[in-house]
Amino acid sequence: MRGYFVGAGLAIAVASMATGAMTTQAMAQSEIKIGEINSYSLLPAFTEPYRKGWQLAVEEINAAGGINGKKLVVISKDDGGKPADAQTAANELVSSENVAMLTGTFLSNIGLAVSDFANQKKVFFLAAEPLTDAITWSKGNRYTFRLRPSNYMQAAMLVEEAAKLPAKRWATIAPNYEYGQSAVAVFKKLMSEKRPDIQWVDEQWPPQGKIDAGPVVQATAAANPEAILNVTFGADLVKLVREGNTRGLFKGRTVVSFLTGEPEYLDPLKDETPEGWIVTGYPWYSIKTPEHDAFLKAYQAKYNDYPRLGSIVGYQTIKAAAAILAKAGSSDPEKLIAAAEGISMSSPFGEITFRKIDHQSTLGAFTGKTALKDGKGIMVDTAYRKGSDYLPSDAEIEKLRPKD
Amino acid sequence: MAFYVVQFLTGLASAASLFLVASGLSIIFGVTRIVNFAHGAFYMLGAYVAFTLTERFSGAFGFWGGIVIAALVVAVIGVLVEMVLLRRIYHSPELFQLLATFGLTLMVEDLVVLIWGPDDLVGRRAPGFKGAIDFFGQNIPSYDLFLIALGPVVLGVLWLLFQRTRWGVLVRAATQDRDMVAALGVNQKWLFTSVFALGVFLAALGGALQIPRDAVNHAMDLRVIVEVFVVVVIGGLGSIIGAFVAAVLVSELNAFGILIFPKISIILVFLVMAVVLIVRPWGLFGKPEAPARRTPGLTVNPWRPLTTNERLAAIAVLVVAAALPFVAGNYVLTVGSEIAIFVIFAVSLHFLMSVGGLASFGHAAYFGLGAYGVALLSKMAGLPMIACLLLGPLLGLLGAAVFGFFAVQLSGVYFAMLTLAFAQIVWSIAFQWVSVTGGDNGILGVWPEKWAASPSHFYWLSLGIAALAVVILRIIVFSPFGFALRATRDSPLRGEAIGINGKRIQWTAFVIAGTVAGLAGALFAYLKGSVFPDNMGISLSVDALVMVLLGGVETVSGAVVGAIVYKALNIWLVSQTDLSKLVLGGFVVLIVVAFPKGIVGTLEAFMHRRRKSSSSASSPLLTSRIESAE
Repeated sequence: MRGYFVGAGLAIAVASMATGAMTTQAMAQSEIKIGEINSYSLLPAFTEPYRKGWQLAVEEINAAGGINGKKLVVISKDDGGKPADAQTAANELVSSENVAMLTGTFLSNIGLAVSDFANQKKVFFLAAEPLTDAITWSKGNRYTFRLRPSNYMQAAMLVEEAAKLPAKRWATIAPNYEYGQSAVAVFKKLMSEKRPDIQWVDEQWPPQGKIDAGPVVQATAAANPEAILNVTFGADLVKLVREGNTRGLFKGRTVVSFLTGEPEYLDPLKDETPEGWIVTGYPWYSIKTPEHDAFLKAYQAKYNDYPRLGSIVGYQTIKAAAAILAKAGSSDPEKLIAAAEGISMSSPFGEITFRKIDHQSTLGAFTGKTALKDGKGIMVDTAYRKGSDYLPSDAEIEKLRPKD
Repeated sequence: MAFYVVQFLTGLASAASLFLVASGLSIIFGVTRIVNFAHGAFYMLGAYVAFTLTERFSGAFGFWGGIVIAALVVAVIGVLVEMVLLRRIYHSPELFQLLATFGLTLMVEDLVVLIWGPDDLVGRRAPGFKGAIDFFGQNIPSYDLFLIALGPVVLGVLWLLFQRTRWGVLVRAATQDRDMVAALGVNQKWLFTSVFALGVFLAALGGALQIPRDAVNHAMDLRVIVEVFVVVVIGGLGSIIGAFVAAVLVSELNAFGILIFPKISIILVFLVMAVVLIVRPWGLFGKPEAPARRTPGLTVNPWRPLTTNERLAAIAVLVVAAALPFVAGNYVLTVGSEIAIFVIFAVSLHFLMSVGGLASFGHAAYFGLGAYGVALLSKMAGLPMIACLLLGPLLGLLGAAVFGFFAVQLSGVYFAMLTLAFAQIVWSIAFQWVSVTGGDNGILGVWPEKWAASPSHFYWLSLGIAALAVVILRIIVFSPFGFALRATRDSPLRGEAIGINGKRIQWTAFVIAGTVAGLAGALFAYLKGSVFPDNMGISLSVDALVMVLLGGVETVSGAVVGAIVYKALNIWLVSQTDLSKLVLGGFVVLIVVAFPKGIVGTLEAFMHRRRKSSSSASSPLLTSRIESAE
């Protein structure tokens, strides 16, 4: 009796998936498919602009004749913020959609999960956003490349400015998970190398997304630091800033902060934006290069909205994927790897290269200071820092990265 | 010294926010016994609506008026939900309402992004409470002081409402004994609706009042719901004062805990709950629940083993399923393996819930322990796959043996929440112990060996183990042990009277369920090639609950169908639509309405009725059903 229902359920499930798989076979000849995975439902604030960015890139590529004459198609999947679901999606993209490569991902653990999947199944994977150093170093593999400047690189950029500060007593506030932990660890290490006189007087580790900002601010203030390193972002950052402003935590203290200059995280703060924080970010309003102007114009024309950093990441991910596919002239993963190692291309931030040694791109980031203008937060005194200037020596990387 | 006073006040302000939401949940649960998973969604809606209103209407009146109106608007939505959806399912099996509110929560999460957009929204500061007050060199935000005052005021108003009005008397009576209140002729429909409205109002008010401190976003609901549940349980279900004390306790421990252990926040509330429940099984201010007056005729038709024909049918289905690799591609096979694994996981929880009557909210812990067991054995000890598959689940067994011992001392929702606390403790160990577990970056590279690596081989392996698990658990259900377990479930006192050691029986059942879940986790680790703390997270535990409830908790193996339907649908929707949560949530709500006893439960009842009408005189004993009083 009960068996029939089991059968029926299974049959429906199988039938629906099988039909999905069959219809996609026919088109394969005239197009190249890229499989894209991201946490669309979990992190819409980042992924919506990101999606717009890569859709613009696809449009541009196909308008220019596609990849070696073939039309580029991006098939996009949501991972819901779960590594296991990301692997299910990756598997679908590879096994039934026959994509030439995988791209995307935001969270570090999802990036690592897909990277491990790529290594196991021998599929080319271009990680877009995950910041963890592990993905190119300690857990790096030959199938995985990464676009965004890593934790280490962003920390190194910030340290350059932070080391100039007179402050000797430092406190840290970071979300309690891998990203926060490694950001703090790298920052501390690089900072203490440059400034052995520094004391680390307090650290706060609120759970990601669940900061109880009042007590955290009060506890940090109680340690009486001269400067603060902040790694929180998103809703946590808003709460921290609001409590910190009200309680006067930031008065007379310099704050160095990861990612806070990105429009995704800076714009919600509106007139509560604290001034003078040293941050990494994306000042789209003050970048005056021909490459960026072209991107900005195209983006605003298409969406009637300004780009966020996610837009850049999405755009450049697909541009890079297309460049690699065009150079390889094949979707064979070995040829893709050969093509990607050392490939140079233009980007809205200038020319970037995917390094052979650790598969990290040299895309950089902007640093600057936060300021208030017309009730909105902006970055001033901005400077673009090339990724290639903030990476450790080749010898160090050899030690970090497992041999292929 | 001034610092400690300020830190204490800061903790009190957090407590007040927490209490507002928790009180509403406590009231709703106390009277309707609904585990209102959507409480967080109402909290979030309150914040979003209040954001819109306070942005539109300026001035002090606009702000405070906007907050109150937002709470009222959401309360009206709550009333609609209660009247349209929940009223249909008050007579469904215990916890079935959880499924409906879970579906609602999923829908609301997608809806707010559709309506209000993906960005975090930062609302205005409260007029008159923008700054801070200097206290011996320390700053206290005046809004904190406002919240600190508001908490006791709300507590006082609720107390007056419950102690001094006829409505309050009825609510208290219903909290103590619903059936008796109904028997005395009180209109329950009206009572439930009004209670639900008040509870939702408080949740929405709590959300709206966060505007000056928080960023309104689509993840607010999950952030608050679990914590609020914990507070309610620590305080004692249905006790408003308990909720208040618990909120203060949790918030103060956090405020001072982070001074000594900055990483404590992530696990603190669960540690407190575990300790409180072990020492005081009914929470700080709760009273022992009266022994359930449930009649033994719980199930529609008494359970029986499959007949020969049904067995043949089941085997036929298994053969068909085993033939899948000859027609399907790799992706379908991998999804098939995943579904088979979730069948194992769901039947293990189903065994605990339907046979043991013990609903666990933290069953993913044992799934995750099995997965970590495999990962650690294969990565650190380098054991072969077979050995890992056999030994890995033992970690699940071990965990279940330790935690189960404490958990089975409790019953009902207290049992559920203690299992949740244990699961969160295990999760946080996996999350924090970076040197062994890799933290949230997990353990990678746990791939199956050559003989099982191809999707078809792994599918057969998973399917075979799933079939074995279902058969073994069914055998246990109809063994003397199974009967003893059911006796303990239906009537602990009578069971004890005939010499059944109920606690030990339940403990054994807990260990069995945990081990089978560990087996599922072990397979899952090999399927995905990696293990993450996610594998023991709350959302996985909730998924398992949903599968069991969807299948039908009053059936012998309904979870098999529940797991297949839910998992297949979930994977398919996530792959096909950007609004998977909205569609999935809507689907869950529809199923709840269409199949008020779960899919298999409703179908069984339907078949049973048909059989009865076709051979009406066959066996009156078997078909006589005793309605429980509610």
